[in-house]
Amino acid sequence: MSLTARIEAVRGSFSLDVDLDVPTGTVLALLGPNGSGKSTVLGCLSGLITPTSAEISVAGRALAGVAPHRRGIGLLSQDALLFPHLSAADNVAFSPRSTGAGRRAARERAFYWLAEVDAVALAGRRPGQLSGGQAQRIAIARALAAEPDLLLLDEPFAALDVDAAPAIRGLLRRVLKTGPTTVLVTHDPLDALALADHVAVMNGGRIVERGPTREVLSAPRTAFTARIAGLNLVAGTAVDDGLRTASGEVVAGIPAADVVAGEPAVAVFPPNAVAVYPHDGEHHGSPRNTADAVVAALEPHGPVIRVRAEGDGWAHGLTADLTPAAVAELALEPGSAVTLSVKAATVAVHPAAAS
Amino acid sequence: MLAVPATLALALVVLPVVGLLVRSDLTRLPSLIVSPSSWHALRLSLITAALSTLACVLLGVPLAVVLARARFRGVRLLRSIVLLPLVLPPVVGGLALLYLLGRKGFLGMLITTLTGESVPFTTTAVVIAQTFVAMPFLVVSLEGALRGAGDRYEQVAATLGARPWTVFRRVTLPLLLPALGSGVVLSFARALGEFGATITFAGSLEDVTRTLPLEVYTQAEVDIDSAVALSLLLIVVAVIVIALARPRSWEGGLR
Repeated sequence: MSLTARIEAVRGSFSLDVDLDVPTGTVLALLGPNGSGKSTVLGCLSGLITPTSAEISVAGRALAGVAPHRRGIGLLSQDALLFPHLSAADNVAFSPRSTGAGRRAARERAFYWLAEVDAVALAGRRPGQLSGGQAQRIAIARALAAEPDLLLLDEPFAALDVDAAPAIRGLLRRVLKTGPTTVLVTHDPLDALALADHVAVMNGGRIVERGPTREVLSAPRTAFTARIAGLNLVAGTAVDDGLRTASGEVVAGIPAADVVAGEPAVAVFPPNAVAVYPHDGEHHGSPRNTADAVVAALEPHGPVIRVRAEGDGWAHGLTADLTPAAVAELALEPGSAVTLSVKAATVAVHPAAAS
Repeated sequence: MLAVPATLALALVVLPVVGLLVRSDLTRLPSLIVSPSSWHALRLSLITAALSTLACVLLGVPLAVVLARARFRGVRLLRSIVLLPLVLPPVVGGLALLYLLGRKGFLGMLITTLTGESVPFTTTAVVIAQTFVAMPFLVVSLEGALRGAGDRYEQVAATLGARPWTVFRRVTLPLLLPALGSGVVLSFARALGEFGATITFAGSLEDVTRTLPLEVYTQAEVDIDSAVALSLLLIVVAVIVIALARPRSWEGGLR
């Protein structure tokens, strides 16, 4: 059920003009700051907002102008919005019941999806008796029970507390692996990293950059993306205290709660966590992650200078933010040999979308 | 600080009832209440108030939903117009109804020509008058609840594939139940106590339009003890209504 869409909308002084193309079964993350128009895109796709002009097609079916309930597009927002007068199971059974399934069939489907989200034990509870994370679990089951052709996720972790978010993120990663084509709206690059195959970065109602998630986040081509999502990413396989790269090096870091050893993972750290030493074979201090590299480029980046490195192994493509004074002291220029070092405590290891 | 005015307010509500109790002749009470005319009045009051409450629900729920959800221009003006019976003296409302539905009223003439019947001074007129004054209570309490809750649940229901009528039946209506409960009680109580519009539009004919409040007024001119006894009866009925149907929304928020 691939999605292709071109949407133009004007709301007051804000204008939106985007086109999207999401292949069947993949997840596209719309990444951008508040007010960049990403939620408006979801509203137009789901039919809850009427765009100025739009062509939306899911699995070849033209949907622009079609009523929301006939689109086959599910929506999961940051608030679970479970119907407060129905039990968890009846919430999940709502869509099957509303679309003509009998009581028993709807209940079976509800329990199938409750099992998928590990929430069978919550079936009889009222929404008022559920925690935020539990409610979001039920909301995911409810959205999937509708068997949508396209699933829209609007900041699904934003309202959860920090303890609940990783579990829900892990759950979504699992169900989306075999799930419907999905558009995820988020302002957090890590959400995109964990769930999305592709990323489109939005700013001021336009898509400013798009591509495979890891490529866009680790090597942003626009300054805007670099500012909101310029991260150092090292891909590999999760191990107990970090991550093992394809070439066998271990990058030490702090695994997130939803990391499973042996699964694909990414080590993430900001450019300002990377220290640069002259390449003299000597290295002091606590950082456990060091690698030899060569300076590839120096770019001014606001008040700092971003050093882009190249080399063998995991140091290739890393960026480091240094003050102009430090760059001068180290006499860095393209081609300088350096040693990069990253404190393990600044490295977060996250599960990666399998790709 | 608040205790003094709060006590005064409570006294204002409770003391008149006490005054009535003190004034009443409890030994004659049973014989006064079971007189045929008061029995007729009580029965008529309960039947017409129930019918007009039903009318309020059937007409008021859709009106409240439209007022709360509609986005067209002039909807705010409409909201104020709906409140008119609430602020209008009931006698004025009764006169207005009379000149709409009476023999000389344009709608009344039409009805008389079409059916040969005339509306004023019938039990139907009582129900219409009561519905007129009671409906705003229902609409206001529903509309407030609807606008407070927003339409996010309805939107979710639509994305789950539910048609608008299914959404209304399975989401909007159940979420409205607490507010509907309090609206029904308020409008039933208002209909039960209705006097001004009824006497102007429907008159005071025993067993046809003379409801309990009208009977109290009639008796007050001939036999004050009887009027007091009937007043006590009205109070008892009102208390029973509140006790039986006390809506949950009065005891802690909408959940």
